[in-house]
Amino acid sequence: MINRGSYVWQPQKMDMFRKSRKAQDKRLYVWQLPIRLSHWLNILCITSLIITGYYISNPFMHAISEDQSIMAMMRFIHFVSAHILIASALIRIYWLFAGNKFARLKEFLPFTAEKRKEVLCFIKFYAFLKKEVHHPIGHNALAAISYSFAYFMIFLAILTGYALYSESHTGFFWYLAGGWVFGILSDGTIRLIHHFVMWVLTAFLIVHVYIVWLNDNIEGNGLISSIFTGYKIYHKD
Amino acid sequence: MLKSKDTIFDGLYSFGVSRRNFIKFCASMSATLALSSSAVPQIVEALEKKKKPYAIWLHFQECTGDTESILRASKPSIAQIVLDIVSLEYHETIMAGSGHAAEKALHDVVKNQKAKYIAIVEGSIPIKDGGIYCTIGGRTALDIANEVCGNAFVTLNVGSCSCWGGVSSAKPNPTGAVGIADAVSGIKYVNLPGCPVNAENITATIVHYLTFGTLPVLDRHNRPLFAYGKRIHDNCERRPHFDAGQFVRKWGDEGHRLGWCLYELGCKGPMAYKNCPTIKWNEGISYPIQAGHPCFACASNDSWDVFGPIYTRAPHVPGAGYQATADKIGAAVVAGTAAAVATHAAIRTFLGYKQKEKFAKEKDEADKIK
Repeated sequence: MINRGSYVWQPQKMDMFRKSRKAQDKRLYVWQLPIRLSHWLNILCITSLIITGYYISNPFMHAISEDQSIMAMMRFIHFVSAHILIASALIRIYWLFAGNKFARLKEFLPFTAEKRKEVLCFIKFYAFLKKEVHHPIGHNALAAISYSFAYFMIFLAILTGYALYSESHTGFFWYLAGGWVFGILSDGTIRLIHHFVMWVLTAFLIVHVYIVWLNDNIEGNGLISSIFTGYKIYHKD
Repeated sequence: MLKSKDTIFDGLYSFGVSRRNFIKFCASMSATLALSSSAVPQIVEALEKKKKPYAIWLHFQECTGDTESILRASKPSIAQIVLDIVSLEYHETIMAGSGHAAEKALHDVVKNQKAKYIAIVEGSIPIKDGGIYCTIGGRTALDIANEVCGNAFVTLNVGSCSCWGGVSSAKPNPTGAVGIADAVSGIKYVNLPGCPVNAENITATIVHYLTFGTLPVLDRHNRPLFAYGKRIHDNCERRPHFDAGQFVRKWGDEGHRLGWCLYELGCKGPMAYKNCPTIKWNEGISYPIQAGHPCFACASNDSWDVFGPIYTRAPHVPGAGYQATADKIGAAVVAGTAAAVATHAAIRTFLGYKQKEKFAKEKDEADKIK
């Protein structure tokens, strides 16, 4: 009766839906604790890395007295955040293999015909070419691609970041961590990639927040609260 | 030309360099090479006993800045030492001979001292259109380099131009300028980049070869580690101002007068590897950052096309036009994304209202039927 798969905004029907919610709908535990933890660590670290990283490239605040250490502090926060982000990425990678079916690696590989179809469906849906789309319980295939893309960007940032870190931290460990990149790319190119990843991740954040809000609004599936609680609302019909 | 059978000390002595100054020079070379003081006697012994190696100094597509860097020393002794450490048989700027006599001296060394002499090259080699953009005595630079560098024991590329093309290879590189190692394949070479090169680093490289019989340890760009192993940023005397967050905002402001960090004026110290902060220039008087000018990483392969413009911090995006820094492109990407999201939201809201009207209509009709 209620067409929940559609983007159509139905205020009158939504009231009905809200009343019938408890009776009809099921709360499903989708995002396990490591996923939520990793997600919020990512948010925290990426935000801090963007702000401090931008400061390092373009110091917009100036010290007013000599005993301040703004740049040193910014770099310290940048490096600490970077290492927390790496820890968070490691948690997420571990959970690709140890998590529930919504967190597994399979969810992120769009290689089955079904997944490819889903990607196309969602592209059409977001481009207003399709009015209804079936929302899967976990990530939809297009969202999964966008998260893989974001993680690829994070990977680039980590690699180029360690390369730059190895400039002031010499030794074999830091060479292994990133110093070897200088054998492939020049210093300028490494800095360019590291800097550009910041802007791409900023753009990703904007799109991510908007799409999440959009889906939560359309679907009424509690998407936004699900990343706090882990529970999504699943409509039985 | 000097008598090439002389030892280096003999040559210096005949120019009036005292033994005391000679020992001081050996000690300073040991320090430049980052060796311990126990290496000083070894250097002294080598320079006293060994014969001067033959050397040929070639000029190609360049500004003679590297020669100037050596000749313009404030005290004559160091200039003599630098020039007397080798038996310089051919140097277009300072040789007395000219014409066929000079060319003959060049050919004699190449023929008689094959694989024994040192070729010191200043300037890039244009390889476009058969190398016609730089010809000397009717021969192309490429031709001369093939003959002289190809037969040398080692080629010392002095200055950024001969290392990787330097300013003459900056985009659009109309002459197809490349470094010596790219033009003449299979040669043994040492890169001593810089714009210009530091005379102490050339001398120290040769002294190392004379003393130990080997070339100094080189990095992945064939640069001696003793001179190019450390980052300018890590040895900069303005580094505390960087860490504090005290930056010069524009030329001649208060921070500039107080000697604050030049980062915002586009200083490339964090990307530049050279021993400028320790050995400095002009007999240790000063170097660009000390004099209040940002480093532009003159010794780096990237200084023109990637690190430039000189006075901006943001990385330059290759192939995206002169004004397009990574920040401008990145900000455009984010602004475009935000605009796209806003448009999407607007369209969706509009469609939503249309739908609402439709429902209202349907409801009215349903009411009417009732």
